[in-house]
Amino acid sequence: MLTLALILFPLIAASGLLLLKSDSVKTLALVAALIETGLAVYIFSTFTPDAQSQFGFDYAWISSLGIRFSAGVDGVSLLLVLLTGLLVPLIVLSAFRQNYTRPATFYALILFMQSALMGVFTARDGFLFYLFFEAALIPVYFLAAGWGGENRIPVTFKFFLYTIFGSLFMLLGMVYLYYQTPLVDGHHTSAIVDFYRVSMTPKAQGLVFWAFFIAFAIKMPLFPFHTWQPDTYVESPTPATMLLAGIMLKMGVYGVIRFILPILPAGVATWGSTAMALSIIGIIYGSIIAIRQRDMKRLIAYSSFAHVGLMSAGVFSLTEVGLQGALVQMLSHGINVVGMFFVAEVIFERTNTRMLDQLGGITKTTPKLTVYFMILLLGSVALPLTNGFVGEFLLLQGVFDVNNYLGAIAGLTIILGAVYMLRMYQKSMFGQTTARTENFADLTGQEGWVLLPLAILVFWIGIYPATFLKMTEPAVMNLLQYAAKGAVSLK
Amino acid sequence: MQTELLCILIPLLPLLGFVINGIGFRKIPSGLIGPIAVAGPLVSFGFVLMLFSQFSGQPVKVTLFDWISVGEMHINFAFQIDQLSLLMLLIVTGIGSLIHIYSIGYMHHDAGYGKFMAFLNLFLFFMLLLVLGSNYVIMFIGWEGVGLCSYLLIGFWNTNTSYNDAARKAFVMNRIGDLGFLLGVFMLFHTFGSVEFTDVFQQAAQLPVGDKAVVAITLLLFVGAMGKSAQIPLYTWLPDAMAGPTPVSALIHAATMVTAGIYMVVRSNVLYTLSPLTLDIIGGIAIATALLAASIGLLQNDIKKVLAYSTVSQLGYMFLGLSATAYTAGMFHVITHAFFKALLFLGAGSVIHAMSDEQDIRNMGGLRKYLPVTFWTFLIGTIAISGIPPFAGFFSKDEILAHVYEHNKLLWALGVFGSALTSFYMFRLLFLTFFGEFRGTEEQKHHLHESPATMTIPLIVLAFLSAVGGLLNVPEALGGSSWLATFMAPLYELAEKANPAAFETSAVGHTEELVLMSISAGAAILSLAVAYVMYVSRKAVPAAETVERSLPEKVIYHKYYIDEFYDTLIVRPIQGLGDALYSFGEFAVNGLVSGTIALVSASANQFRKLQNGSIGFYVFAMVLSLAVIIAVRMFNWQNLFSF
Repeated sequence: MLTLALILFPLIAASGLLLLKSDSVKTLALVAALIETGLAVYIFSTFTPDAQSQFGFDYAWISSLGIRFSAGVDGVSLLLVLLTGLLVPLIVLSAFRQNYTRPATFYALILFMQSALMGVFTARDGFLFYLFFEAALIPVYFLAAGWGGENRIPVTFKFFLYTIFGSLFMLLGMVYLYYQTPLVDGHHTSAIVDFYRVSMTPKAQGLVFWAFFIAFAIKMPLFPFHTWQPDTYVESPTPATMLLAGIMLKMGVYGVIRFILPILPAGVATWGSTAMALSIIGIIYGSIIAIRQRDMKRLIAYSSFAHVGLMSAGVFSLTEVGLQGALVQMLSHGINVVGMFFVAEVIFERTNTRMLDQLGGITKTTPKLTVYFMILLLGSVALPLTNGFVGEFLLLQGVFDVNNYLGAIAGLTIILGAVYMLRMYQKSMFGQTTARTENFADLTGQEGWVLLPLAILVFWIGIYPATFLKMTEPAVMNLLQYAAKGAVSLK
Repeated sequence: MQTELLCILIPLLPLLGFVINGIGFRKIPSGLIGPIAVAGPLVSFGFVLMLFSQFSGQPVKVTLFDWISVGEMHINFAFQIDQLSLLMLLIVTGIGSLIHIYSIGYMHHDAGYGKFMAFLNLFLFFMLLLVLGSNYVIMFIGWEGVGLCSYLLIGFWNTNTSYNDAARKAFVMNRIGDLGFLLGVFMLFHTFGSVEFTDVFQQAAQLPVGDKAVVAITLLLFVGAMGKSAQIPLYTWLPDAMAGPTPVSALIHAATMVTAGIYMVVRSNVLYTLSPLTLDIIGGIAIATALLAASIGLLQNDIKKVLAYSTVSQLGYMFLGLSATAYTAGMFHVITHAFFKALLFLGAGSVIHAMSDEQDIRNMGGLRKYLPVTFWTFLIGTIAISGIPPFAGFFSKDEILAHVYEHNKLLWALGVFGSALTSFYMFRLLFLTFFGEFRGTEEQKHHLHESPATMTIPLIVLAFLSAVGGLLNVPEALGGSSWLATFMAPLYELAEKANPAAFETSAVGHTEELVLMSISAGAAILSLAVAYVMYVSRKAVPAAETVERSLPEKVIYHKYYIDEFYDTLIVRPIQGLGDALYSFGEFAVNGLVSGTIALVSASANQFRKLQNGSIGFYVFAMVLSLAVIIAVRMFNWQNLFSF
């Protein structure tokens, strides 16, 4: 039942905001987001780490088709529920200083988004998953189109087109899967666990693989489906960018883990290496482009693109370390990228530029920003004892176990990541101050409250990842069993 | 006190110092910063002495908690105390404490004094993790952590762009090495299912000599060592690292961090002994690095750059020893080098301090009158590094060369040649700095002064150690008992069992050993004499920047243009690729994918409505989705989907 609360509460809160239109929408939105965090943390603290789906609900929805309104959390879901629950209040708080127009709508959209995301990560029915997957697009589309930068219209249009295109394929795949399930009381079923048990020919699996993969690859995004991403990240208002990069892209990775691996083992056996190759190309391609970016936001966008490539590669390694690494990294990346975009926003807000060649010497007057930015940077470049290391270490080990050379190529990320991140830090924080960075004011208390929880999480996950690894392990083992079963039957 | 508690406190105390000074450095009065920063290392040093006295000869493992655990993979946050970690702990906390004390005198006027001391403490924490870790991943925490501190301290004066570039270069080059290390760790997991030293070595000892996996592991780990310990081709960051304040150069870029690569190889001696191929490669790289760096050192005019190239060169000697399975000799040189190179850097710092931040030896001269303590201690350091008996460097370098002689006569000859070069550039440096007439400005001359006691006392202590450090391991040929070799012997028991041939000492008799020693000591003294004639008798001063140099001189003076070579061959192409991918690649990919989407869209007749946008694409998509579901259901289209 708690899962239902997770999905419904933000929805109700958002509707409330729209109706109230009060002056204190910001605060109300923050309170609502914090209550949701409390819910997520409560679920986390009472969760039994086994492979069972917990705190769930299950109602008849479209009875004649056997489609049910059913959701719950296992370890994998819970990790993403936690991510969403922890990040959304920080995203809300980060928007406070900006005084966005039509604040009630703005904050309501963020909460709508949260509701949809919670739905995506907990849905136990294929069509319900699809519904939330699509629903999550609407609020973020309106946020980007309504509060974005100058080029927002063509950019969000492209973003929309790409994602809708991907989703249509997924729907076809979903419908096909649905018809493969055995008849119960005269109709098929669409529970995801039922999909795990269908048997399909390798050829069919290959086609369904692509139907799902394109949808998820666009969402993450993976090379070469990524060209909507940098522009959208840059043009969107920063809270929307944070939602997109911090949480929404994880829908893609989550989808691969939840659907592609356990349902289509033969498809993965055939096409997994292609997916892995695309992922690894993306790591290198994104990193090399990031090295040359001048705009901080665009640089972070390309770095995010590179990082998600590694997560995807780890998932397609089909190893336990690779999957666990991907999960920890989803959490870590969400934390780091939201922090990074916030730092870029803080700098933009004070200097009216995000161009590195117009910045410099900021550290002179900003001890707090210097330290927080450095902590996030260390997490992003995967320094040991920070969150990024645990994820990347496991991911690379997973890829290396499958193929030593691919592991080495993917490993280049730790070199290239250091190159572009340190360049960004140096060009903005160090050196002589410029006209725009003179008298740069250090973080306000409110801004500090956005970054402090992120910094704590960077070290927590880096020093004691067992908190999260133990939580996800049984669910990962369960999914891998399905993935392996198919592989065995193929032989 | 219990070993467990000591093990935890030793790295924790410097970390505590970092946290206190780091968080409060704008509020803590500057008089307190120094004591807070020195307390951690000093007390830790005391604890290390306690550990040392309690040590029974048997390794002790202290497990704190399960750090990263996935399936079969368990990485414990655990420490291991044995002969090797004890030696490293002594160096790190001992020399570390001295350099912390020195830094009080050297840095207390700097605006970022508190930050500086905090970073030094943090460095010590990571360095202690590096040498305490009981497995390769904990070692890697320290390995990367010291790299971070090195980055922060090289770029300490961060308004200077070239310093920042040097810092970034150091971090990135180290990262290249670290990728090698990391792949080595993956390979270890792959091969042994563990990264715990004890597990790995027990299993490895069962493998045949030349086992492919072991060869790969040792080579990959050595790539890490190339970065951290500045060997060809990853050495160019170290000379640039001299941008950092001088105590940093002494502590991080001479005495401790850069020897991590040697520590790692000695730690992994079972693996390296099993891979003669790797050892041969190390030998080749080591001698090439030793000679290349020494030759560059001959013509450098920046006091710190000379010492930096000398460090690269001496690290080469250490690896040369390791390549001849003379692990003790390598470690012996780590120890003596820590003494005399820390001394020389701190001495250079004292000179720079007195000279109002001048580093060019062409503008120095005659300083022994003004800086007597610095001069005498620097002289001891110079004799020690040059391998002139009876100071420390003579013993450790000769032990390396003696083993190399048994192994490969050519390498030995080259080693002796390099040793002669060392003696020459070091005495050149000494003579140009402290002898002759003062060549600086009147302003500088007016300010010349001996450094305060916080700086000279560490110099004196280090000078004493540089003078007598050789006693740690006096060879039998000279009537000694080789204490260090006896102490470290248990570390190699497994390796000796696994590959006894690698440890067979050929019959170099005591007389022959004495002859070898005389040759290298003679070469060093001869170089000294040549330097004396050139720079004292003839009062030669190196040419100014503007003077046209002969071609070979020019090539060496410009460090063989290696930096330019890397820039042209690696940095620029990657930058160019980045630009090209961004401007053309993205365009092409976008066109291709969007084109495909458009094509697919166009083929679906209804899809055109998407572009009207008036009602909102989403509603359309949902309607379409529903339509598909209903159509499939109504017309029994599932045949369409059966392949």
